Amino acid sequence: MTSEGTAGARLGWTADEMMTIAAARQLRPGTSCFVGIGLPSTAANLARATHAPDLALIYESGCLGAQPGRLPLSIGDGVLADTAVAVITVPEVFNYWLQPGRIDIGFLAAAQLDRYANINTTVIGDYATPTVRLPGAGGAPEIAASCREGIIIVRQNPRTFVDRLDFVTSVGFGTGPGSRERLGLHGNGPQTVITDIGILKPDAANCELTLTALHPGATVEQARASAGWPLAVAEDLTDTAPPTAEELQRLRALTTT
Amino acid sequence: MAQLVSLHDAVAELVHDGDTMAMEGFTHLIPFAAAHEVIRQRRRDLVLVRLTPDLIYDQMIGMGCASKLVFSWGGNPGVGSLHRFRDAVTNGWPVPLEVEEHSHAGMANRYVAGASGLPFAVLRGYRGTDLMKQTATIASITCPFTGEELTAVPAMNPDVSVIHAQRADRDGNIQMWGITGVQKEAVLAAKRSLVTVEEIVDHLDPVPGQVILPTWSINAVALAPNGAHPSYAHGYYDRDNGFYQQWEQISRDRDSFTAWMTEHILQPTAADGGATEAAS
Repeated sequence: MTSEGTAGARLGWTADEMMTIAAARQLRPGTSCFVGIGLPSTAANLARATHAPDLALIYESGCLGAQPGRLPLSIGDGVLADTAVAVITVPEVFNYWLQPGRIDIGFLAAAQLDRYANINTTVIGDYATPTVRLPGAGGAPEIAASCREGIIIVRQNPRTFVDRLDFVTSVGFGTGPGSRERLGLHGNGPQTVITDIGILKPDAANCELTLTALHPGATVEQARASAGWPLAVAEDLTDTAPPTAEELQRLRALTTT
Repeated sequence: MAQLVSLHDAVAELVHDGDTMAMEGFTHLIPFAAAHEVIRQRRRDLVLVRLTPDLIYDQMIGMGCASKLVFSWGGNPGVGSLHRFRDAVTNGWPVPLEVEEHSHAGMANRYVAGASGLPFAVLRGYRGTDLMKQTATIASITCPFTGEELTAVPAMNPDVSVIHAQRADRDGNIQMWGITGVQKEAVLAAKRSLVTVEEIVDHLDPVPGQVILPTWSINAVALAPNGAHPSYAHGYYDRDNGFYQQWEQISRDRDSFTAWMTEHILQPTAADGGATEAAS
């Protein structure tokens, strides 16, 4: 949608594929990851198929340690229950596993994101008279609050990277330094945002998302033009390694079955 | 003791206009056959409660059964949007729909409080979100022991809860397995309850991960083979993912939605649950 067809046509992969692969690389072997449906689920399953076969996937339907052989059609796909280490109830997954901080990574998508990595998945426009009614919160507010760290995957353009969210569905760094502590959110908050342009991380001092890496073919100008606020760029900006042949092959095998 | 009755009679007796009704099933075991019977019996002004409205409530909302929706995630799972839900929220079609919006954790805990006979539940949730401003049933509460600020949500006690399970025995004991979501809590929180099942058997052979609801904890059991279609019933049939994708087109437009519902759901069929098979 954004840079697809530019880098993609030249380099042999799409910007969405680069984004998903870059996100999968963020998932460390041996950790547990609470997975939202859509792009997070694709990236998490790619991580399992490549460098992190022991990544424990947690789905909010109550599947702990699911090891699906194909992409699940939904967060409650039967293949998740069939392959899970344990299948538990929904109250249990939220109260016993997520809330006390037992899960390392919360992996979320977003319709809108602001500079403090707060997320909107509720409405575009006014709440009472929305322009677009989005699905809503699901498990996200508590995943964003209680996982040890958050990873967010979102396509970067002026509609998604906004100066001000129409609705705060899930809290990243709130209004800046100290917000999470004041709100009593126990997790460390979002540590990485992966887009189709690059990778952003919160600044250690002011918590603002800062561009730290660019995907092949993307530019700082493009990243700045795709944000609704003056985007901070790291002095030691790096380049994302291009997809390997294995990563591309595994990703395409997942998404075409 | 639960009564073994027809789906028609169960809905006629247990589901009333104006009821607060939960029809649960987290992607799995969604009680579509029962919802279609509610639609055929033209129930109105229902307060529909469910974590994920899914196609089941999209159909009921589009057919004008609901005046209010209490929910936490309103999409077509793995596909996209719920167009009838969106049309009702943004345009009031066919009737205005009030929404009461939560998170999954909040909704799950509301059922837990309801099932536990408590007035509210406590969780670490919602803090810093705009849900706290928009939803009256979310409030801050201070822990009397530590002074920590937490969040309270009121118990959910539906007038009637409806779920679908794999099996019942002839005494009306219920057995389900696979992803069982919040169904046990939804049933135990409700004033009245109906369980539809794939089959009725002499003995409930144990299954790993099973949840059993004793017959004396529910009001009625109705046989509804294929009653979770187009969702799935673990051990019986897979999700009809093609239908979830087709729903995107069927439901996008008011006329095509109404025509589909009239042809497949409203027009009488030979037996309870028969209409759901027409969808495949």
